[in-house]
Amino acid sequence: MIENRPGFTFFCHALLIASIVVVAFPLYIAFVASTQTAERMLQFPLPLLPGGEMLHNYATVLTHGVEGASTAPVSKMMLNSLVMALTIALGKIVISILSAFAIVYFRFPLKNFFFWMIFITLMLPVEVRILPTYKVVADLGLLDTYAGLSVPLIASATATFLFRQFFMTIPDELMEAARIDGAGAMRFFWDIVLPLSKTNIAALFVILFIYGWNQYLWPLLVTTQEDMYTVVIGIKRMIPGGDAAVAWNLVMATAMLALTPPALVVLLMQRWFVKGLVDTEK
Amino acid sequence: MEKRTQFPVGWLPYALVAPQLAITIVFFIWPAAQALWQSLLVQDAFGINTEFVWFENFQVLFADETYLDSFRVTAVFSTLVATLAFGMALALAACCDHVLRGARAYQTLIIWPLAVAPAIAAVLWAFMFNPSIGILAHGMMLLGYDWNHLLNSGQAMSLVVISAVWNRMPYNFLFFLAALQSIPKSMIEAAAIDGAGPLKRFATIAFPLLSPTSFFLLVVNLVYAFFDTFGTIDAITGGGPMRSTTTLVYKVYQDGFKGLDLGGSAAQSVILMAIVIALTVVQFRYIERKVQY
Repeated sequence: MIENRPGFTFFCHALLIASIVVVAFPLYIAFVASTQTAERMLQFPLPLLPGGEMLHNYATVLTHGVEGASTAPVSKMMLNSLVMALTIALGKIVISILSAFAIVYFRFPLKNFFFWMIFITLMLPVEVRILPTYKVVADLGLLDTYAGLSVPLIASATATFLFRQFFMTIPDELMEAARIDGAGAMRFFWDIVLPLSKTNIAALFVILFIYGWNQYLWPLLVTTQEDMYTVVIGIKRMIPGGDAAVAWNLVMATAMLALTPPALVVLLMQRWFVKGLVDTEK
Repeated sequence: MEKRTQFPVGWLPYALVAPQLAITIVFFIWPAAQALWQSLLVQDAFGINTEFVWFENFQVLFADETYLDSFRVTAVFSTLVATLAFGMALALAACCDHVLRGARAYQTLIIWPLAVAPAIAAVLWAFMFNPSIGILAHGMMLLGYDWNHLLNSGQAMSLVVISAVWNRMPYNFLFFLAALQSIPKSMIEAAAIDGAGPLKRFATIAFPLLSPTSFFLLVVNLVYAFFDTFGTIDAITGGGPMRSTTTLVYKVYQDGFKGLDLGGSAAQSVILMAIVIALTVVQFRYIERKVQY
């Protein structure tokens, strides 16, 4: 505390509380809508307090999906999202940690060339090479498969950079000691590098899980069958265009289900999440 | 920068980089090369004849009113998102840094929208602004204001911006808060002893020290508005009404997948790549140099 300015402190609290309310408002409205009956959602104006249909609505979307909107049960879509997010997160971590280890601890021909090739991927987000990438995946017969959903998103320059930077800070003496004791490269990797990288891996995992779960454009392209939709694109399919009636209570229940897993990850692992965000953007 | 000693070279390092390289080549380099190549080709309507036309696709593109429009839309959209997210986050981070009680709780309650997918955020906002049942649209109707973002281009743009800012502001907040907390307290105290009030201290000490963070955030906000808001736009407006929310990325998707115009879509991809490369170079050059006073 530098000085006592009750007025200014009060103003800060007021502003923070007001913005928290504004930030939370859409979530509250979605929750209220997800607890109403379908009939109540057609009456004007919409309710501002939760109704009594919560369990029924959530059970309906989880087991049956939304009537008339030709989507699979939400539980299946959430499973798809989970598989995709986990494959992307784990896959990225594995291939990046291996290639970073090779780049830092070996001096081999073409090393710099490989490094630049990985670096270039930073500049090629999916959005700018949509059509050709889609074609590659289609030619490989990977449409509507978990591999097609996740493998193209696994290569990542950022994770490789992060591990490379971290490996640079591991004292050289550790490696020299290991070599004197007769450890080969892989032994050194398993017994020393991997345990030291634990916190980085945890932070990266949190970030990548959320990244994978929230993918939109890519699953939209590679999935055509309802039972391969991820929940993020499934919800879009529940809102047909035009004036067709939308079961908003069920759509909002699905939205709540779709945002709960990543939100829980952020809340419960906030420390790792913040570390991961700051690290990956360095 | 290299390690002093290294392991003997054999096949091992190649095996270690192989998985990453394989995926990079198959899903990044190869498609990007294809995009470059296709941007120089024209295919007839049945996909039978393909002709090499040099830069004709680009000429057509830049003569196309709708493409130039999407440039304008992208510029307006990303400027609004970048500056609004930036400004609000700075104000909130400064407040959160000032209060002693509850700072941690405030942080948690402000950053959670970061976990929400842009498309889901878009569905939540589109629901509240839904012209027939939306709660906010209803509120505006009571105030005598007619809201229909499905017909009115200005309103469509506002809604897309609101949803993107809601989603993105916490990210800026987190970085500003970290930067503010790393400013040495002794500097602030010295200024306070010299009689500077909180606003004066913020303007003359904190804000200049934040310049590397600010610059970094402006660049990544632009990248976010360019590329990561596809879901926002697709879920709220689908690019409409009358292309008023069709950004560059959305147009690549529309022309490629809906219009099946391979050459045109590839040429647009190439232009987008050039933009990303420019932004990445700017980011790296200036971040390395650490903008500071």
